[in-house]
Amino acid sequence: MSAITSKIFNAAYAKDKFENFLFIVPAVLIFSIFYIYPFFDIFNLSLHEWNGIDLSREFVGLQNFQELIHDKVWWMSLWHAAFITIIALTLQNALAFALALACDREIRMKRFYMVVFFIPPVLSEVVVGLIWQWILNAGMQNGEHIGLLNYWLAKSGLPQLVHNWLSDPATALPCIAIVHSWKGFGWGFIMLLAGLRIIDRELYEAAKVDGAGSLSIFKNVTLPMMVPVIFVVVVLTILGSMQVFVLILSMVGHGLVYHTEVPVTRILVSMSETNRFGYACAQGVTFGVILVMVSVVLKQISNRMKQE
Amino acid sequence: MDQYQVKRILKSTATHAFLLSVALTCLFPIFWMVRSALMTNETVFIDKSLIPASLQFGNFYTAWLEGNFGVYFLNSVLYTTAVVIGIVLISSLAAYSFSRLQFPGKNIFFYMFVAAMMIPLPGSFVPLYVLMNNLHLVNTRFGYILCMINVGLSLSILLLKTFFDKMPQDLENAARIDGCSKLGLWWHVALPLARPAIAVIVIFNSLNVWNEYILATLLLNDKSLMPLQRGLMVFQGAHSVDYPLLMAGLTIAAAPILLVYLFMQKHIIKGLSSGAVITLDKRTKYF
Repeated sequence: MSAITSKIFNAAYAKDKFENFLFIVPAVLIFSIFYIYPFFDIFNLSLHEWNGIDLSREFVGLQNFQELIHDKVWWMSLWHAAFITIIALTLQNALAFALALACDREIRMKRFYMVVFFIPPVLSEVVVGLIWQWILNAGMQNGEHIGLLNYWLAKSGLPQLVHNWLSDPATALPCIAIVHSWKGFGWGFIMLLAGLRIIDRELYEAAKVDGAGSLSIFKNVTLPMMVPVIFVVVVLTILGSMQVFVLILSMVGHGLVYHTEVPVTRILVSMSETNRFGYACAQGVTFGVILVMVSVVLKQISNRMKQE
Repeated sequence: MDQYQVKRILKSTATHAFLLSVALTCLFPIFWMVRSALMTNETVFIDKSLIPASLQFGNFYTAWLEGNFGVYFLNSVLYTTAVVIGIVLISSLAAYSFSRLQFPGKNIFFYMFVAAMMIPLPGSFVPLYVLMNNLHLVNTRFGYILCMINVGLSLSILLLKTFFDKMPQDLENAARIDGCSKLGLWWHVALPLARPAIAVIVIFNSLNVWNEYILATLLLNDKSLMPLQRGLMVFQGAHSVDYPLLMAGLTIAAAPILLVYLFMQKHIIKGLSSGAVITLDKRTKYF
């Protein structure tokens, strides 16, 4: 008798667990097909030479990676991404921090500032890139500058500063980095402001009673309290800036070959222009490993800072 | 006025001057886009005044019909709606199960989604394209929608699970005693209670889909299937000198986002920053 009830119980139990599992089936299915399979396939493809069309792929082992090590354009593209990231880390985050500090007190129009600073982040990279490309345009028509920046420079008595902003290799990348920072500082601002608001006001009062100046309060109270948030912003900035590419495509396209290339545009070139899918995957894997290594190092640094 | 007051006024003036100048650099390019969209190809290169003498609204009409932006716009609306509905349903089902229900291997599946958010794989669009090609889903709306659902899935599941974990279970217990099924509990009790978290997911993913460019470029070649971001680049390639028309197209692409943002700025700022914080929180927590 008890054997029968336990069997019925077990069947009901298994059915119950199976029902619970069914809830995650749609998510797991989509995730397996569109994330996990490509995730493993990129490693597989990176070991092949394949033009993306033929039915047969040639297994070449690590040859793609060996070639990548000697690919000067690839390493240059990595340096370009690092350059954009350095500008974003310094210029963009310093601006974001300054704005957050300015807004972290009772001031008028705070809401207005918050809303406005977050406008660039909600726009798409294509829209932002094309607007700035129009403003930075270096063309001339009937002796007048087409782009607004050059027009203003010429009109305000600074014609020596008129420049081919986006077609001169020396200025194209800095322009891209600055527009990228323009688009991104709102994120840092919002997150840093949220971090500043959590700091206990009494800490400031106590420091003031002790006779600390505002610079000393910033150094000894605000900054130490903000370390975790700053770390979050730094990691987000690095991962985001290293992978920027739509902005570049919309600002200069592939027009400035080699001077504005970043790793992701190189992957796109390998894939859709030279039709080397295996090489594109080897680039993707290498770049992914570099990004993971950077995040691990950052994590170690933040752990050490927390211990202190 | 004593010295202290003068100092305070000076300080507040300097602060506002700084904030206002940054605010102006945020607003001006958008203003310039709209202004340029209201000019003709003859006047746009000559007249640089802030408010031009004659305003032409014809560019919007031309861009919408001849520039194909009407089609792109409707496609963007369709993709955004379909993807967001799909993500909300699929991720809330999974998050509800992860938070409330028991089954073997639950943690393994959950950490699989978490891991996906932590490992950056910048070139994954290459094998994804190969896969879509093999499945004959390139150049189909369905294929693009599925891919975009996948893009937003992990973060949405994490956000919702975090929310469900904190949510009191009293109402669910009461409903269960009344004989409500598990699916009924999810639909009638958990989903309505999770409205704040769902709002975050809707905002985060709508923006993500509306602004998405690379998958739309790789997967959709047919002009009748393209969303706005992709259409803009195609249009720019074909009419690179017709700036007023291009700016009209940009305005069409940016206006819905800007309007929704301005009307719901409070929720959007909160939603986007909490989404970003959770992404990073998990990233650092589970490393």
